[in-house]
Amino acid sequence: MDVKTLPKSVDSEIEPGIPEELKPDAEPAGPIGLTALPRGFEFSPLNARRWRNFKANKRGFWSLWIFLVLFVVSLLAEFIANDRPLFIHFDGKSFFPVVITYPDTEFGDDLGTAADYRDPHLQNFLKEHNATEIWAPIRFSYTTINDRPPSAFPSKPTWLLNAADCDFAAKNGYSQCGTLEYNWLGTDDQGRDVLARLIYGFRISVLFGLILTSVSSVIGIAAGAVQGYFGGWIDLLFQRFIEIWTSVPELYLLLIISSVLVPGFFVLLGILLLFSWVRLVGLVRAEFLRGRNFEYIQAARALGVSNGVIMFRHLLPNAMVATMTFLPFIMSSSVMTLTALDFLGFGLPPGSPSLGELLSQGKANVQAPWLGLTGFFTVALMLSLLIFVGEAVRDAFDPRKTFK
Amino acid sequence: MSEQLCLSVRDLSIAFRSGGRETLAVDRVSFDIVKGQCMALVGESGSGKSVTALSILRLLPYPAAHHPSGSIHFHGKDLLKLNEKQMRAVRGDDISIVFQEPMTSLNPLHTIEKQIGEILLLHRGLTGAAARARTLEVLTQVGIPDPETRLKSYPHQLSGGQRQRVMIAMALANEPDLLIADEPTTALDVTVQAQIIALLKDLQARLNMSLLFITHDLGIVRKIAQRVSVMKDGKIVEQGAVEEVFNAPQHPYTRALLNAEPRPDPAPPRPDAPMMLETTDLKVWFPITRGLMRKVVGHVKACDGLTISLRKGETLGVVGESGSGKSTLGRAILRLISSEGPIVFMGNELQGLKFKEMRPFRRNMQIVFQDPYGSLSPRMSVADIIKEGLKVHFPDVPDRERDERVVQALIDVGLDPATRFRFPHEFSGGQRQRIAVARALVLEPSFLVLDEPTSALDMLIQAQMVDLLRDLQKRHNLTYLFISHDLRVVAALASRLLVMRHGQVVEAGDAAELFRNPKTDYTRALFAAAFKLETAPEGVVAQ
Repeated sequence: MDVKTLPKSVDSEIEPGIPEELKPDAEPAGPIGLTALPRGFEFSPLNARRWRNFKANKRGFWSLWIFLVLFVVSLLAEFIANDRPLFIHFDGKSFFPVVITYPDTEFGDDLGTAADYRDPHLQNFLKEHNATEIWAPIRFSYTTINDRPPSAFPSKPTWLLNAADCDFAAKNGYSQCGTLEYNWLGTDDQGRDVLARLIYGFRISVLFGLILTSVSSVIGIAAGAVQGYFGGWIDLLFQRFIEIWTSVPELYLLLIISSVLVPGFFVLLGILLLFSWVRLVGLVRAEFLRGRNFEYIQAARALGVSNGVIMFRHLLPNAMVATMTFLPFIMSSSVMTLTALDFLGFGLPPGSPSLGELLSQGKANVQAPWLGLTGFFTVALMLSLLIFVGEAVRDAFDPRKTFK
Repeated sequence: MSEQLCLSVRDLSIAFRSGGRETLAVDRVSFDIVKGQCMALVGESGSGKSVTALSILRLLPYPAAHHPSGSIHFHGKDLLKLNEKQMRAVRGDDISIVFQEPMTSLNPLHTIEKQIGEILLLHRGLTGAAARARTLEVLTQVGIPDPETRLKSYPHQLSGGQRQRVMIAMALANEPDLLIADEPTTALDVTVQAQIIALLKDLQARLNMSLLFITHDLGIVRKIAQRVSVMKDGKIVEQGAVEEVFNAPQHPYTRALLNAEPRPDPAPPRPDAPMMLETTDLKVWFPITRGLMRKVVGHVKACDGLTISLRKGETLGVVGESGSGKSTLGRAILRLISSEGPIVFMGNELQGLKFKEMRPFRRNMQIVFQDPYGSLSPRMSVADIIKEGLKVHFPDVPDRERDERVVQALIDVGLDPATRFRFPHEFSGGQRQRIAVARALVLEPSFLVLDEPTSALDMLIQAQMVDLLRDLQKRHNLTYLFISHDLRVVAALASRLLVMRHGQVVEAGDAAELFRNPKTDYTRALFAAAFKLETAPEGVVAQ
């Protein structure tokens, strides 16, 4: 028989149907959905159970929500803390300074540089033209310097100012208490609003963590999959390579590289990526080593399914459970790494909003406890939330875990 | 009655809580075990027999499991009312248990001496020479050859049968009043099974011990038990003396069980049909390497010079003990493991073809594996599982037509096509094995390797599976290579027979003829163990 052609249908004398004697085999196949429709995007029963288990862990569930809300809020940082108004309307024209940079010639100046909306001159001009302005709740961006502070930098949170502080401001030529702009968490030692920097810093930390985690996971999973599936020499050589690679002192390398390259967001990401991808390799490799001799893998090979498809469709889902369990922890440690580097001064370039820099300012300015406390509580909250989520995910994926 | 009751279970129910749902696994069962007698608990998987046994020792995952009703009286004490400390004193001392899987019920990191010594230390405080003497005694009792040298062995150095003997020795160490044997032979070869049964029967009589024997094999019940209880869906549907129940079964389920022998009606040999498969001197040798330079010092000869031929429409039964190379042969033919020697399939030489070059042939040669739980990807729906082969071999066929073929294949194996969007875990073992057959059949192969397709299934379902395979063979003119250690099933299907031992052919020929006149002791021993549960003299088969 030619193996390429396929007979249209099997000719059979026997009428196809379900023979009666086969019925006793029909052990009840579980109470779950007897629908004859494909289950499209619905959760598989296994995932539904995991999701239930995850929700049953109240602490993890709420941590996830709080974290997501904080993250989404910080993604909209430009609309919450900005030194440009969200919207200006005057002379029948509308402006959206938050997204478009306008030259100050639009607002009556003649320098032609980007408009500085906090400039009193520009403000007066807008007032004269009866302009409508809509500002973000916080009128500072992460680089904005408060040029009318009540004291020398770092200055106190405005709501903490007492009579003595106001006296001091009045006597020493600082801004008077009644006329101040609010700095909810004070300013840092360069006069920038701490709350604004916090929001932007949170965003950059989480984004950095997310990107680092996902890219290093993809690389790690791929490397682990190849090693585990093919085994033999590939596995042996790769494992030795990883052993050598992981014994390279990461921090020193970082110091050397950052003295040559300007350590921007992506350079830093790249350097950390060089070392962080190994974390998942062992785990995924073990799963693939275990899984490659499963009978359903053998069956797929007997069907002639190619190696790539077997790895992706049959083995990867097995490894994903272990991987998913690890992800929140990897994420939190990525955030930690960035914060630590910033704290030491080897992280993001000067001026970027960063939690690590805030912490190091807190260390340098013990007389200004709002800096250190803010940094501490933010980092602690962020990491705790991630760990709680991680624990809940781990428990939800644990097949032995039973909830009462 | 003057008989002394050892264990008395009354109205025992067992329920499990999971995810807010309550499932009743065992529903008000009652039975007694008389001192010195053996009671068999029979039923299909999922009928609640193992759970019942475990609840006697309170080994269930409490508090997820609990007992809505009932009592378990053992020598006058209600075991369900004892606290954990009192219960520990009972476990392993008064009542002990032997599990099904000898591979996993021994700690791989402990020597035999340490495993048995632990129980002696716990319940009797024996250490040193006294413990060693007792350990040697029980090892001799369970028939471990040369027990002194075995004391320092680790579990992996023992065969499956020997491990099960060690498990029994552990259970016997403190001379329990009641031994619970939870399918102790299901994972073993037929020859070893016969030995273990003989051993348990002998020990029970000598030590005047009570035995609760859990099994799904009625042949064993007849051999070992005095009384039998038949369980179905968590209830005992019938109980009584073995002869009574077997001779005059009252409940329809018992009758169905008793009639569940696979019906022998093998495909006839066809000497004039076209040749399907031929191997000449097929070898699968795994090198044993030693030392730093990994020098090859020898080979494990899994298959050593096998010459087989198989014609279209025939079934070649391959039998032998575990480790005889049966499964290796099947996989070597499908080129799932590398081998030496020509494999000619439908006139084409397969040996030396690359993975890609093999692909066109794979459509015509398929395999069904032993374990219905392991051979289906748990994360794919049944439709996707069956469709996978079609995607590889008929990439141009539209999805709609593929779906029609999946439906046809499911109907062919007797499953409701509407269930194809479910996941494997929603099916029973027998249904899963049907899915595995459907996955192979959807490609319309002409040759099928069946690697112990029935040994993980209950008796009743085994018989159905045999009928299904025979039916499919007739309808589609299939050629089978049927690998099994269960000779009853092989006898029902095989037209020709190949008896293997240590990777070599011991005997081969027409199945009917071979079953009538086995020529070698080994074959005779296999047959006796399978059909009569009789043991062979030492040295003929593995111990």
